[in-house]
Amino acid sequence: MSEKTYLQALNEALRQEMERDPNVFILGEDVGQFGGCFGVTQGLFDTFGEERVMDTPITESTIVGAATGAAAAGLRPVAELMFVDFIGVAMDQLFNQAAKMRYMFGGKTTVPMTLRMPQGAGIGAAAQHSQSLESWFMNIPGLKVVIPSTPYDAKGLLISAIRDDNPVVFLEHKLLYGMTGEVPDESYTIEIGKADVKREGSDVTIVATSQMVYSALEAAERLKADGIEAEVVDPRCLQPLDKETILESVKKTHALVVANEAVSFAGPGAEIVALAAEEALEYLDAPVKRVGAPFCPVPFSPPLEQAYIPNADDIVAAVKSIR
Amino acid sequence: MALSKKTLIHMYETMNRIRLFEQKLQEFFAAGEIPGFVHLYLGEEAVATGTCAALTDTDMITSTHRGHGHLLAKGGDLKLMMAEIFGRQTGYCKGKGGSMHIADMHLGILGANGIVGGGGPLAVGAALAAKYKKSDDVAVCFFGDGASNQGTTQEALNMASAWKLPLVFVNENNGYGISCPQCKSMAVVDIADRAAAYDMPGVVVDGNDVLAVHEAVTEAVKRARKGQGPSLVECKTYRWRGHFEGDACTYRCTEELEEWMAKDPLPRFEAKLLESKTLTKKEAENIKERIVADVEAAVAFAKESPMPPVSALMEDVYA
Ligand SMILES: Cc1ncc(C[n+]2csc(CCOP(=O)(O)OP(=O)(O)O)c2C)c(N)n1
Repeated sequence: MSEKTYLQALNEALRQEMERDPNVFILGEDVGQFGGCFGVTQGLFDTFGEERVMDTPITESTIVGAATGAAAAGLRPVAELMFVDFIGVAMDQLFNQAAKMRYMFGGKTTVPMTLRMPQGAGIGAAAQHSQSLESWFMNIPGLKVVIPSTPYDAKGLLISAIRDDNPVVFLEHKLLYGMTGEVPDESYTIEIGKADVKREGSDVTIVATSQMVYSALEAAERLKADGIEAEVVDPRCLQPLDKETILESVKKTHALVVANEAVSFAGPGAEIVALAAEEALEYLDAPVKRVGAPFCPVPFSPPLEQAYIPNADDIVAAVKSIR
Repeated sequence: MALSKKTLIHMYETMNRIRLFEQKLQEFFAAGEIPGFVHLYLGEEAVATGTCAALTDTDMITSTHRGHGHLLAKGGDLKLMMAEIFGRQTGYCKGKGGSMHIADMHLGILGANGIVGGGGPLAVGAALAAKYKKSDDVAVCFFGDGASNQGTTQEALNMASAWKLPLVFVNENNGYGISCPQCKSMAVVDIADRAAAYDMPGVVVDGNDVLAVHEAVTEAVKRARKGQGPSLVECKTYRWRGHFEGDACTYRCTEELEEWMAKDPLPRFEAKLLESKTLTKKEAENIKERIVADVEAAVAFAKESPMPPVSALMEDVYA
């Protein structure tokens, strides 16, 4: 166990899986010598060579499609798109090919492919490089959607994703790469679809994902001063979604706030509040609240971008409005 | 080709404007004053300049993530560009777009683009509109060697040719897509060869020779205006800086960079102008001094301008 960044944790997961299984390989733009746009694949090219750490042309459609084809043909590709925003170019290969293959073929094939994509705002990258698109992927049967917040979760979940026999969309947040935390040196897995209670509390449940987990924890500390004990639940995976852990928490606290960086309208939080409304309404003492991005593209200028990104203040306000 | 003195001087000014504007950005980015990404065009000035000098104000262009040169060559306003890159309310996009998304519809600039390969289909649309309205305008799609591998680019080439659209594809082949050298991303040496697959002319020119670029694009524009369809002009050039400011650029050797810097398009063109007595040394100095002052004024304008108010966040989502 030692202190590692989220980025190092991901890198270690890739390295250990490549050492363990010769069928695991990496493909994407500038993932080789360059080490990936944010540095996640750094050093892997030197160890594993260009047969296993493959720089591709700029062609997201074929990166995703080739990973899907290679997976169906028996390999375990880990593809990287530099930014989640570029999935638009590759949508068909992901949604209609990777996600549908097994079902359409009557279960005759598996697609053990992992697609890593950084998302999120906060670096002044403007509207085409800053989105949080998890709800797009959650809505497609056949895909799994993993969205880790801590270095520990990132490593264990990436290893699980690589070993999973389904196409897994693995969403990283650019601002999390530098976050540090305790991460075991050895290989370990975390069950895909298992939430983690990041903080226990009795008065309100805050379900938060990715970078918003930190805002939720900060909000919880501030609420504590007002005598409100918030429980912070990090689903870690949005598909499958750990309904039990969320419902258990809501039944305990009787109040729910969902916080995510994606656009709130039709966003990931909508599914979670619907879950509470359908299955735990009688336990709720107050209306549910969603904290998310406003319904606009991500602006470039720093003050606008900061205003766009939901934060701890927003979560505190949401909790106070119901508690 | 006999170009008027006015055109030649205009081209000379444009190249210097791009050069000095970008050098200023380089400084400010290093000083931490510019948010986000900045992709500099330094070393490639001849491509945008030679191309846009063949266009009218109503002709349209689609640009890339490396768009400052294209925008300035098409007549973009220094102050509005600078303010946008600094994220100010007075900028071209009210601070919402930044370096990668600057547009000026009055000048036919359909925008820089954060998506590699995003411009091709848009240029098809612009050319289609020109043909539809029988306007005599043409569209130019600037795209990189990396972008040429994107399906969207190939689809655009095909559709433009099938529909005989007034479109010129100007490929800026600087040899790299971020760290990936051309030889690793495609089997052909000349991207212009791909034009054959779409039955359109494909030519290779020295992208550091503004006159060579201008001549080839003028030819292609002529064809386009006559209704003879699209062409592909491949300009071989080189990116002096890393992919973006801050890129350590360890994937290229210094010899290669030095070799290309020796082919700097600016002194080459200047020497020609001096030799042909189109320009005197004194005039050249005056032009540069004036541009330095213009760039300084743009910086002052940007810095004095306010950041956008938070109340602007939800504006312009819909018309
Ligand atoms: C669809 C998409 N994929 C990847 C990127 C990341 N990216 C930005 S620029 C670039 C390289 C582009 O190379 P090229 O087209 O040759 O243009 P150059 O940078 O050399 O001017 C890449 C991969 C992007 N912005 N959009």
